Amino acid sequence: MSDLRTSGARRGLALISAPLLYAVLLLAAPMAAIVAFSFWTQDYLTIDKSFTLTNYREAFTDPIYRELMIRSLKIAGLVTLVTVLLAFPVAYFISFHVPAGRKSLWIFLVTIPFWTSYLIRVFLWKVILGYNGVLNSGLMGLGVIDEPLTVILYNFNAVVITLAHAFAPFAILPIFVSLERIDRSLLEAAQDLGETRLSAFFRVTLPLAMPGVVAASLIVFIPTIGDYVTPRLVGGPGGLMIANMIQTQFLKLNNAPMGATLAVVAMVIVTVIALIFVALNRRYLRGRS
Amino acid sequence: MNRLFRGGWLRVYTALYLVFLYLPILLLPIFAFNSSTVIAFPLSSFTTEWFAQLVEVEALHAAVLTSVRIALITAAVSTLLGICAARAAARYRFPGKGGIMGLIMLPLVLPEIIVAVSLLVVFLQLGLELSSLTVILGHVLICTPFSIAILNSAFQSLDVSLEEAAIDLGENGWGVFRLIVLPLVMPGIISSLLIAFTISMDEFIIAFFLSGSDATLPVYLWGQLRFPQRLPVVMALGTILVSLSILLLILAEWARRRGVRKRGGAETGGFL
Repeated sequence: MSDLRTSGARRGLALISAPLLYAVLLLAAPMAAIVAFSFWTQDYLTIDKSFTLTNYREAFTDPIYRELMIRSLKIAGLVTLVTVLLAFPVAYFISFHVPAGRKSLWIFLVTIPFWTSYLIRVFLWKVILGYNGVLNSGLMGLGVIDEPLTVILYNFNAVVITLAHAFAPFAILPIFVSLERIDRSLLEAAQDLGETRLSAFFRVTLPLAMPGVVAASLIVFIPTIGDYVTPRLVGGPGGLMIANMIQTQFLKLNNAPMGATLAVVAMVIVTVIALIFVALNRRYLRGRS
Repeated sequence: MNRLFRGGWLRVYTALYLVFLYLPILLLPIFAFNSSTVIAFPLSSFTTEWFAQLVEVEALHAAVLTSVRIALITAAVSTLLGICAARAAARYRFPGKGGIMGLIMLPLVLPEIIVAVSLLVVFLQLGLELSSLTVILGHVLICTPFSIAILNSAFQSLDVSLEEAAIDLGENGWGVFRLIVLPLVMPGIISSLLIAFTISMDEFIIAFFLSGSDATLPVYLWGQLRFPQRLPVVMALGTILVSLSILLLILAEWARRRGVRKRGGAETGGFL
């Protein structure tokens, strides 16, 4: 029996070795390199490999970096909140009100926009929200407003709207999956025991759906913090985020160590926030994977 | 009655949500066929001029060819790696399984800018010239987790007793894989190829950092967005790209569903 188990383990390891090697060489090693870079300095093209914490000191004291980091966190947090709140009813509708045979069709409908060019989708929001854009020209044509609204492009709001749109399917899928797992007889039992439909939702459905909500929040929060395209296209100067600064350090200022430091700081902050978030919700996550 | 009413409200909300989701894509063809160079309402007249202009731009053709080449290789390699990983995860227990799978799936949640800059640093240190090859290396990294996610469900629903029967009848390991496993997971493989191809075709950030002088289609597109007079042509190009993506997705979904039926499993819905 143990022989069988070890031969299975050997086969499993043999199979996984190729993808694992790829991930070690092109993911783990480069990430280690980024961390190493963050302790070095660069003078034009020569890299000084002596250990220093100068970059980290600068990253935490320079007001520009601090402001970009805080803004990125605020935008990602707000996008996560908006996206998950807007997505929950959709996931709930598909799980509880769509006949079983048509659920996959609805999920497919929700995911299609996600698979189309990200660049073009973001750019279209610029077209929609612009000074002479679709929304303004449409509303003016209808006589709803007299002059174009300026609060909707090249600022914080535009970035939030665009990102909330871009990450919508990311939020719907995990919530849908956790709602699907809920044993429907639990809800009947709750109602038999005198809960109203609303209180059954808050005391049974929502707690059981929390693993999906937590997963959705993390899946939206983590990538949005590092988004580059949306702030560049619709953010204007007041909507730039940390990824834009990382790109500037690497490709424009030739300061890879500073860019690496900002990347490491961003990753560490995101990881810490994710862990705190999971810890806060651990009572909902217990006993499930 | 109450239940119907509640479903009714949710139905209206979901319909509005779908409008919000599809709004940008629906605007694309409207402005691609509009003769005005300004992207705004009211519309002018119908034209196919912007599509005609697409045919004349050499740089665009080069970018399309680069992107297709990168996407084809990426799809093949990430699906191969995905088959290995999904098969290992579904069929065998081995030490460190959770950690290993976690590392391989990590790019799914990692911000792309982090992947892009870390690869850039390493490639530059190794003296590797930025080209299509470096983009492929990056794209395989981010496409493999998607391939695994798709293939996982295909491999997990395989009935082990079929393989055991084949071994009892004298087939060796490779024979079992080729004659039993492969045909049953083939729809999943096709689906994985199509999804990886689509992701690679659309990916911008990694290509932006790693493509060097071999501009991919999204990198070319990014350059065009700076010129207001080029916008209608970009709309026309976008219309073609989005239509092709949707077509590929419908094919991928069709393949996936056929696979579910073939393995006799119940419909579970969705790619992920």
